[in-house]
Amino acid sequence: MAVSEAAIGAKDIEISRQRQTRIVGGLLLVLAVFVASVFGFGSAGEGDAAFRLTRPNDPFALPNIVVPAATYSYVIAAVLAFFGIRLFMRGGARWSSLLLGLGFLLAVTAFLAWATAGKSFSLTGMLQATFVRAVPIALGGLAGVLSERVAVINIGIEGMLLAGAFTGAVVGSLLGGVGGIVAAICVGGLFGFILAALVVTYRVDQIVAGVAINLFVLGVTSYVSSQVLTEFRFLNNAPVFRAIYIPFLSDLPVIGPVLFRQNIFVYGALILVAISTYYLFHTKSGLRARSVGEHPEAADTLGIDVYWTRYVNVTMAGMVAGFGGAWFTLGTVGRFDEGMTGGRGFIGLAAMIFGRWHPVGALMAALVFGFADSLQQKLAILQTPIPSEFLAMAPYVATIVLVAGLIGRARPPAADGKPYIKD
Amino acid sequence: MSDDPKRETLSRELLKRAVVTRFTVEEVVIVPIFAVIVALILGGITMLATGVSLGTIQAAFGSLFTGSLGSISALSETLTAAAPLTLAGLGIALGFRAGLFNIGAEGQLLIGGMAAVVVGFSLTGLPLIIHLPLALLAGALFGALWASIAGWLRAATGAHEVITTIMLNLISFRLVDYLLRSPWIQRPGRADPISQSVLESAELPRLLLWIDTNLRLHAGIFVMLAAVALIYWLLFRTKLGFEFRSAGANPDAARYAGMRSGFLIVAVMAIAGALAGLAGANQVLGVLGRASPNFSAGIGFDAIAVALLGRGHPIGVLLAGLLFGALEAGGRQMQVSAGVSIDLISIIQALIIVFIAAPMLVRTMFPWAFQKERPADKGASRAPPSQPASEESG
Repeated sequence: MAVSEAAIGAKDIEISRQRQTRIVGGLLLVLAVFVASVFGFGSAGEGDAAFRLTRPNDPFALPNIVVPAATYSYVIAAVLAFFGIRLFMRGGARWSSLLLGLGFLLAVTAFLAWATAGKSFSLTGMLQATFVRAVPIALGGLAGVLSERVAVINIGIEGMLLAGAFTGAVVGSLLGGVGGIVAAICVGGLFGFILAALVVTYRVDQIVAGVAINLFVLGVTSYVSSQVLTEFRFLNNAPVFRAIYIPFLSDLPVIGPVLFRQNIFVYGALILVAISTYYLFHTKSGLRARSVGEHPEAADTLGIDVYWTRYVNVTMAGMVAGFGGAWFTLGTVGRFDEGMTGGRGFIGLAAMIFGRWHPVGALMAALVFGFADSLQQKLAILQTPIPSEFLAMAPYVATIVLVAGLIGRARPPAADGKPYIKD
Repeated sequence: MSDDPKRETLSRELLKRAVVTRFTVEEVVIVPIFAVIVALILGGITMLATGVSLGTIQAAFGSLFTGSLGSISALSETLTAAAPLTLAGLGIALGFRAGLFNIGAEGQLLIGGMAAVVVGFSLTGLPLIIHLPLALLAGALFGALWASIAGWLRAATGAHEVITTIMLNLISFRLVDYLLRSPWIQRPGRADPISQSVLESAELPRLLLWIDTNLRLHAGIFVMLAAVALIYWLLFRTKLGFEFRSAGANPDAARYAGMRSGFLIVAVMAIAGALAGLAGANQVLGVLGRASPNFSAGIGFDAIAVALLGRGHPIGVLLAGLLFGALEAGGRQMQVSAGVSIDLISIIQALIIVFIAAPMLVRTMFPWAFQKERPADKGASRAPPSQPASEESG
């Protein structure tokens, strides 16, 4: 009985893999048709697309990349169709995710070629903007990773970001930028601690606690900003961190402006991702944290304090989110506006899922979302017929597709969302 | 296989559970009352902390009261604000009952509202008796469809409804922005995203025009009451409602008892979406008369608090909706006459959720109100719950 069930299970998995590969192949074919008909046909006779890589007075000036838009789109469509047919006919589940990612990347380049046909457009500038816009999403996603790895679902990231933004603006106005960042991290940590206290000690439903934190922070920050900040304007006038040029490296073409001419938040996000990867996967406490997220009973039996671990990690998550929140005020405009995070915390959650609960994965996903975000801005300048709203929706649709497991499944930590009650 | 007797005991177990699982007076009455009182007090402390003078705080609470209950116009405002909150809250409460956490009411409300607006301005020449129900129906239908996406994904693939509804919310914001700029919806001659106005034949008629033409109370209040009655009937008097409650109380037992879990999930989400869509229709057909970006104004999120405060019970949701409507209406009055920002109300609402969701927190704050809980205390020093004097003794 048991053997045959296992065999049936294995067969099921095999069938679902095959189905998945078919779906991916079909998607790529659809994409190929779309690229050929919309981008290829649409840019016929529009001329070449010029992508600027460097400014003329840069130390290492590179020539523009000039692409004949229509031809390029047809070539890409052909490549996509080849991938699609291959997957559809031959299977090969191992390559399906990789080919899908590559296919989307190629389709995006075709899209850019179509959008810029007959015009020119700074690729480096957009990549730079991508990194800047990815910062709050990456830090939000990282906060999500840290708390969900100890099995605490953190819907409150949005609120923690907002709290960080608010504190950064107010304390930054009084004590200067560094003081603002420190205060934002502390307040973020405070809300992380509150979340931990609510869900660990008071056993509030994790999602309810997160929703309550979001509503509370939105309420407090909006209240104080309309009640106090409108009257005392000097409290809402923080200095903004300027870009720090890393010597020599910042002079490199393309990479220089994108990676080494950024402000403290971009560097901070990259460093934090590296540190948390090391922490989670290469240290003893990281292993303990992950065991608490996967199987708290077992962890408890081995003498790991489940409650303490959850408190510490969720508080750290809050601190990361607080730092990310400070970006909104100290990294961009120096001023707090009501509800200025605009759902970035939720996109961070999406990035966490996309990144499969791994800090580096969350960063990569955040870069994709940041790219979509900055692309949307550029589209307005290029005046393409595709409404920018649909581009803005794309990351969310992609998240739903991923969560639903249509193309590979993202698996959360096993105990995610479950309270642990010690006997 | 000894399947049949096992199934039978399980379903008997389930029946017992469904009958026994009744909320105690304490959970239904005492915790919510204390939650509201503590939240109001903390709201006052927040005002103190932000440098509002004591006199103004007094005026603020005064106008919170007069603005919600103090006059006919205040009552009218309270009921007007309560209708969409109760409708959307009912849907979320139904989800709670069935073990689903639907954060997507905001998006369902937007999509339903958009559908109602489109039907409201595009069908011309219909009498009110046909046009208005059609517009409401469109709102409910599209809200239901939007929510069923999350339900279907949960049922078919196991995708968690919290994530999918959050994503559907974000998608719906962009979708509404896009729709409001599309030429067949946007008001002619306007550059900003705003829809054409709903025709008079699709408007929810104002009820109190005979007293004062400024009173905004509209027939949506009847939609709200009908929905409360309908959901009560559905939950407690029908087989489907029993299945909903069983699926929420113990999904495994429900599945073993032969209930179709996938169908139940989609059905719950569809009904919840229909209610949220009705809430959206209620706003555009009764209050706003058109759609603009963010016409949902966070009602879908406040409705989560309403559902929690109402303890997932239709009558409770109605009372919670009325309370939140009163806070909303009173808050507006407070902003005008006491000069205290209406955002204070959001703080109070969030605190209410925290206290409701953490009854242990309330219990530690007011141990004397919960003495009958502890069997050890049942002996000599048992004080009636309303005597604060026992606080010192305990």
